[in-house]
Amino acid sequence: MTDFNYTIASINHASKSFGQKKVLSDITLNIKQGQIIGLIGPSGSGKTTTIKCLLGMEKLDTGSAAIFGEKMPNRQILEKIGYMGQTDALYETLTALENLTFFGNLMGITGAELTAAINKNISLVNLTDSLHQIVAAFSGGMKRRLSLAIALLANPDLIILDEPTVGIDPSLRLDIWTQLRALATIQKAIIVTTHVMDEAEKCDLVGLIINGKIFALGTPNELKKKFNATSIEEVFLKAEVSSK
Amino acid sequence: MIQFKAVLVRVIKEIIRDKRTLALMLLAPILILTLMNLVFNSNTDTKLKLGVTTSVPHKIIQSLPNSKVSIHHYQNSHNHTQKIQAANLDAFVTRNKNKLEITYENEDPTKSAQVKSLFANALLASNIKELSATLKEMPLQPSTKRTSLNFKIKNSYLYGNSNSTFFDKIFPVLIGFFVFFFVFLISGIALIRERTSGTLDRLLATPIRRSQLVFGYLAGYGLFAILQTLLIVLFAIYILQVEIVGNLFLVLLTNILVALVALVIGLFVSTFANSEFQMMQFIPIIVVPQVFFSGIIPLDTMAHWVKFISYLLPLSYAGDALTDVMIKGQGLNAIAKDWLILLVFLVIFTFLNIVGLKRYRKV
Ligand SMILES: Nc1ncnc2c1ncn2[C@@H]1O[C@H](COP(=O)(O)OP(=O)(O)OP(=O)(O)O)[C@@H](O)[C@H]1O
Ligand SMILES: [Mg+2]
Repeated sequence: MTDFNYTIASINHASKSFGQKKVLSDITLNIKQGQIIGLIGPSGSGKTTTIKCLLGMEKLDTGSAAIFGEKMPNRQILEKIGYMGQTDALYETLTALENLTFFGNLMGITGAELTAAINKNISLVNLTDSLHQIVAAFSGGMKRRLSLAIALLANPDLIILDEPTVGIDPSLRLDIWTQLRALATIQKAIIVTTHVMDEAEKCDLVGLIINGKIFALGTPNELKKKFNATSIEEVFLKAEVSSK
Repeated sequence: MIQFKAVLVRVIKEIIRDKRTLALMLLAPILILTLMNLVFNSNTDTKLKLGVTTSVPHKIIQSLPNSKVSIHHYQNSHNHTQKIQAANLDAFVTRNKNKLEITYENEDPTKSAQVKSLFANALLASNIKELSATLKEMPLQPSTKRTSLNFKIKNSYLYGNSNSTFFDKIFPVLIGFFVFFFVFLISGIALIRERTSGTLDRLLATPIRRSQLVFGYLAGYGLFAILQTLLIVLFAIYILQVEIVGNLFLVLLTNILVALVALVIGLFVSTFANSEFQMMQFIPIIVVPQVFFSGIIPLDTMAHWVKFISYLLPLSYAGDALTDVMIKGQGLNAIAKDWLILLVFLVIFTFLNIVGLKRYRKV
């Protein structure tokens, strides 16, 4: 497939507690150029927190995170990261175009470059016809797609997507994954969390997080072999049982 | 710079789209001012209703100004309580030997006070008449005969004029208060919305500087605050006919400063609230006390430590500066100190906001 040579993002021996509650313990992950890494795990296991710590939005108690060789948190590095949160963070009173323009500007792109980026990404998520519609009138899936378009807008080298395909219909979901794979082949690094196990099958690497620990990490085939399972779904279920 | 402009443009668009909030910001103060103007100004037009028995000397009744009282005559003072109630009198007057006995309805103590002072004046006036009558009978001093007796009071006012009402006095403070209140509330709620909708987190996952975000907010809401101030002040001058003695420009600038202070305090306080409703809970704690200390109630007579509280409240400086300009017609010299302190508030809270955003992103 691709040559995994250059590490784009890494998180080393990361631990994090919220108050008394230990949410992450000793998480280590490396994401390389051209790689799609999928994070799976039960609800509340710490996937979102891992991502936020990597981005520097949460502070690690111990351990470190680095992106493009720079220690995080680092404001300037954020320019090269496309992030899509688990909740749709959109301005409901503004139109899709206005949301795209706003976040595009924040990422530092303007003018013709921005227009071109908007057109390209809005058609990718199939929202071209709704470009001038107020976001409050969007369906859940439409909002999700708009968030995705915003994340991809600045042509980032590292793309971090927290459950990007929730509420998106199967055919569009397929399109999006085709697109993610295309981005990976042009040497982007992609981190995706998901609860959809056949999406996990499409990743180059799958990290299974349970109770804030990396329970297993490897290619989908490696994981299936290790747990003696025929699908990632089975891996997930077996892992959850054996972790208790 | 792109980021600052983006925030500014977005804030403006959001305000314009939210018609209700826009109306609240621009029309509500005008509505309330109009109502207050009506309430405080109509008071002075009504006549005091006095019940008077025949035993009260004619001279005294004649000395009461016709324009301010209407007299109801009664034969005696039997059941005067019922008489007061039946005719809705403000006071009932009767004579007991050489004493005037006045019973006040006292539902509205200001009316009682007015009646009291009217009678004091009337007694004085009739005394002077008696005096003049005696003087007329004194042939020894013919030179003082005419001139000394036409006592008249000429009233001069340092500030305002004889038409000055309570509304005129509190109006400068009211303007400052409205600007403060609405900007405080709306900016605070805007930031809470930004937080609860997740857009704040999303925003801070871009390379925007925290200061750019705060300044973007400041500029966006500042613009509407300027609009609001213009509207309130012009409405007051041209429709409500409130007189502004000093420089209109100073009034506007002071209010813009107030708005910016309200903005940064609103943004700051909103970090301690988790919902719009919790933001409302700050009104009685932060906004209402400022009204008491902003000049509506005279502070000179208060205990020293109470006065000290007022030094901590931005609205007291705003009220002071606005009163200086609008009523006393003073210039920049008089209000420079107030401006300076407001600026200090502005700088401190802006700084606190920028630092406070570290809660959501560490850089
Ligand atoms: N700001 C916070 N304060 C306190 N606890 C938190 C906070 N954010 C997350 N947690 C806790 O940390 C744990 C991990 O949460 P996280 O959002 O990372 O889970 P997740 O794996 O993304 O779950 P899901 O699949 O449901 O999105 C949860 O138990 C959650 O309650
Ligand atoms: Mg999550």
